[in-house]
Parts: sequence; structure tokens; C-alpha cells
Amino acid sequence: MNTPVLQIKNLGIDFGGLTAVNNLNMEIHEHEIVGLIGPNGAGKTTVFNMLTKVYDPSRGHIYLNGQDIARLDTVAVNKAGIARTFQNIRLFHNLSVMDNVKAGMNNQFTYSIADMLFHTRKRRSNEDMIEEEALKLLKIFHLDESKDTMAGSLPYGAQRKLEIARALASEPKLLLLDEPAAGMNPQETEELMETIRFVRDSFDICILLIEHDMNLVMNICERIYVLNYGMLLAKGNPEEIRNNDKVIKAYLGD
Amino acid sequence: MKKKFKDLLHHKYRSRTISFALIIGAYVIIEILMHSIRLSRLFTGMLVPCCCYIILALSLNLVVGFSGELSLGHAGFMAIGAFTAIIVSGLSTKMIPDTTIRLVLSILSGSVLSGIMGLLISVPVLKLSGDYLAIVTLAFGQIIKSLITNIYLGFDSDGIQFSFVTNELNLEQGKMLLSGPMGATDTAKISNFSSGILLIVLTLYIIYSLIDSKYGRAIMAARDDRIAAESIGINILRSKTLAFVVSAILAGAAGALYALNYSTLQPAKFDFNTSILALVYVVFGGLGNINGTILATTVLYILPELLRSLQDYRMLIYAIVLIIVMQLGSSVRLKRYIEQIKNRFTKKGVTQ
Repeated sequence: MNTPVLQIKNLGIDFGGLTAVNNLNMEIHEHEIVGLIGPNGAGKTTVFNMLTKVYDPSRGHIYLNGQDIARLDTVAVNKAGIARTFQNIRLFHNLSVMDNVKAGMNNQFTYSIADMLFHTRKRRSNEDMIEEEALKLLKIFHLDESKDTMAGSLPYGAQRKLEIARALASEPKLLLLDEPAAGMNPQETEELMETIRFVRDSFDICILLIEHDMNLVMNICERIYVLNYGMLLAKGNPEEIRNNDKVIKAYLGD
Repeated sequence: MKKKFKDLLHHKYRSRTISFALIIGAYVIIEILMHSIRLSRLFTGMLVPCCCYIILALSLNLVVGFSGELSLGHAGFMAIGAFTAIIVSGLSTKMIPDTTIRLVLSILSGSVLSGIMGLLISVPVLKLSGDYLAIVTLAFGQIIKSLITNIYLGFDSDGIQFSFVTNELNLEQGKMLLSGPMGATDTAKISNFSSGILLIVLTLYIIYSLIDSKYGRAIMAARDDRIAAESIGINILRSKTLAFVVSAILAGAAGALYALNYSTLQPAKFDFNTSILALVYVVFGGLGNINGTILATTVLYILPELLRSLQDYRMLIYAIVLIIVMQLGSSVRLKRYIEQIKNRFTKKGVTQ
């Protein structure tokens, strides 16, 4: 097998005296959808925050396509190819749906401040092209109808979808989804699963997702990592995880 | 051509169209009035300063409304623009007899210097955020004012002379341009209403060009959510710096225009009160609302002047009006009301 897209080696972080995550080793290969599950407080979101450098890991390495990104900052990590969504939705509430996605494409614009000021042809063609791309992206998530709505006034489910669209807009190789189905009803979740698969196939990316909805996780994840107390408890395909005694114990207690 | 016209009224560009229509409309009406009936000195005297405050408020709105950082020192940038313009205009009086060219040159140099100062100040300021940032901008505003208060600058046939803190200049038939706390005296008044309007139009052009571009989106994204903006690769510091520097450039231009409208000007004019005044205009007009800022500045600038006949009660009434208006402006019920009226109008527009 060729080199994994993401490789985490001995990753760990301490907050003061508390070790939140320790000795974590993970791998994600091209075209994979991988789940990261575990009881509340297991450190799942902390892993995401380390991957995107919102937190600085205390130990370990993160390799993205072989490049160590553990010392980069959040902006550089995104440029290297990781985009994410957030557990408690973080949209640009006072920007339109369209502008949220365009903001995600900010680094694909090539015009300069002078182009901006003098409204050159370069600015216009750039903006037109991005607008078209953004619209395509919004269509995938059925958000094109509400492209001029303020992001803050979208319904909850649509906000979650917009966040995924915005993350995709930055052309990642790896997409991190933090509880994408939280607050969605079963029908919406079903739809979301379709969308996640579609996104993986049409953008040819790999996806790592945190989720509590076991139906979703077992259905779309090819491999699953289980985290408990900041340590890796188990890994394997859905079938293996479902029948793993340690995992059952962690979730249900003795 | 028809499509172009339709574009003007498209919801995306409506605010921009209204802004330019507002300013040009006001200009035409006032020019007609000036040429047909005799307007009072009081009124004509308010025109240029009003333009200056509009530009100042618009520039402050860029930082406070669009970039989401509270600046309490914008009068400082205005001061840099003002006294740079006075010096440039004073030094070039003989070389450039044409007042228009001199005015343009003065405003240009005032705004450039203010922009450079804005860039320098932004380095320590933008390391902070929230209340801390606001306090530091306040401090820088005071530093700039104090510095200018201590500058003595003049020129004669031998060249420019400069001293700091105390006046040690010996000018032989020369001219003092800045004399410490006394500021500038005997400045040639070369600003006029038309140049003020032109500068507002230019300011609007710059601001609309900015906020509608990738730079503007980055600035507003960084305002709405820092972490999310970084997660999609937006450089927060660069965006905020851009907003801050453009704002300083515009505030400098406002100051330059202001300075060249008076024969005397003291540095004390640009103290904390002026910064706060601009902030009042911006908050009253609505954060990030350009047309609101223009209207609010006009009303709140003219109001105290109109109340001048009430003498001692003037500021009292002004303050009461301010309180009432702010209360009304933040009332949810009123906002809903306005929204309803707006909807009625736009619906009509659709069916037609």
C-alpha cells in the first residue's frame, strides 16, 4: 500500500498536569472514510484540534502525505490540505451563504490589491469563476436556493451542511467532520450519509469523522478508531468494533 | 445598458447605489441652493467639516464595523493627516500656486503618512484583541496628539527649521507652520465643499471595492469567527492589518481636508473627544452600515450646531436626543416594524 494521506505517530497533549490524549497512532489512506468514536470526554475533538493546530500537541508527529505538519500553524495546515467542521457550528453568521463558501475559497483567488482597487478584468474573471465554483458546491448540499440568506438565519441542519461546503471549498485532501449529524433527524442523517459518500467520491478525498450516531458510523465508515480516556482502545472495521468487548465495556460500563 | 441599470438596483449593489445617489444628490441640491439663495454663514461653514466627519466615520466603520475591532484613537490618524497637509501646503505655496493641485498633493501626503503610521501602530495593536486592543488604540491616539502638541516647525529662505518641546527657531522673515500647542496659524484655506464631496465619493469607492472583494470577505470572516476563518486558510493578522491601514489612510485624508478648511488649527482639536464622537456616529449609523453612517454623521454633526441658539442647554439636549435615539435604534420592535415596511416595498417591486 502506498503512503497514507494522514499518519499520526505517538501524538499526545497535556493541559497543565492533565494528559488529555496520549500515545495516539492513526493512519488514514486515500479514499477512506474513517470514524473516530468514544465516550464523552475521550479526547476526540482534542485530536481534531491538534490536527488543525488549534492546540499545539505536546508530543508526537502528524504527517500529511509524508510532510510533518505538527509545527505549522492553523492557516498553513489548511493550505497543506486539512479542512474541518466544528462540533458547535462556527459559521460566518453575518455573511451570506454564498460568501461563506467564497471565504472558504479565499486562497484560490489570485488577484492583487491593485486589481481589487481598479476592478480589473482579472478581478472580474476571478470572481466570476469562483462564484460559479461556489454555486456548484452549494448545489451539492441543496443550498443554492438560499445562497443570499445570512448564514446565521439558516435552519440548524442547513448550517451543518454549509459548514461542510465551506470546508470543502478550501480544497482539502483530508476532511475532518466533528459530529456532522448532531441535531439532525433520522431522515436528514440518511441524506447526510449519501452526501458524505458523494463528496468522498466526487472530490476524491479522505474523511475522518467524529460521531455519536452509531447507525451513521457503522454504515459509512470503512474503519473505526475508538478512543477512551485519551488512549486508543480499539481499531478495526465496523464488524470488529461492534463485537469488541473492550468497546462495549467502555460504552455500557461493567 | 438596461442590464447595467438593473444591476444597480440588484440587492447586492443596492447599498452602493444608494450611497452614491445620496452624496451626489445632496451635493447637487446644496450647490443649487448656494447659487440661488443666500445661505447663512453658519450653514456653509458646516459643509466641509461635515464631509470630513463623514469620511472619518466611514473609515472608523471599516475597523469597528467590518473588522470588528474597537478603535478609540482614530482622531490621532486624523491629526497626522491634518498637520502633514498643513506643512505640505505651507511649504509648497510658492512652488505650486494652483490651489487645486496643492490641495490634492496635501491630502495625498496626509493620507500616505497616516497610512504608514497606521501600519506601524498596527504591529503592536493587532497583537491584542477586544478591550485590550481598544485601550492601546486610545493610548496611541493620545501619543500622536501629544507629539504634535510639542512640535515647532517653520521655514524661511534658509530652509526648514524644526524643534521639539520648546520653540528655539530663529526665522528671518519666514513663516511658522506649527507652533506647539498653538498649532497652525495663518493656513491658506484651500479646501472647499466640492473637494469634500469628491473625497467622500472616493472613500465610498475604496470601501465598496474592498468589502466586495476577497479581501473584504476575509476581513468580515475574521470578524465573525476567528478560529473558523483560520481553519479555511484566512490569515487573520493580514486581513485586520489591511482594514486598519486603509482606515488610517482615509482618516488621514479626512484630517487633511479638515485642516485646510481653517486658518488656525490646534492639535487639541484631535483629542479623545473627537475619537469618541466618530464612534458615536458609527454606532448610531449601525456597525457595518455605510449609508447609516453617512446619515447619522450628518444628523449628529448638524444637530448641535442648530441647537446653538439654546446656548447652555445645547449639550444637554444633544445628550438627551442621543440617549433617546440609541434606545430607539436598538429596539427590537422598531426594527421589526422597519423590516415590515421594507418587505412591503420590495414585494411591490417584484410584482411590477
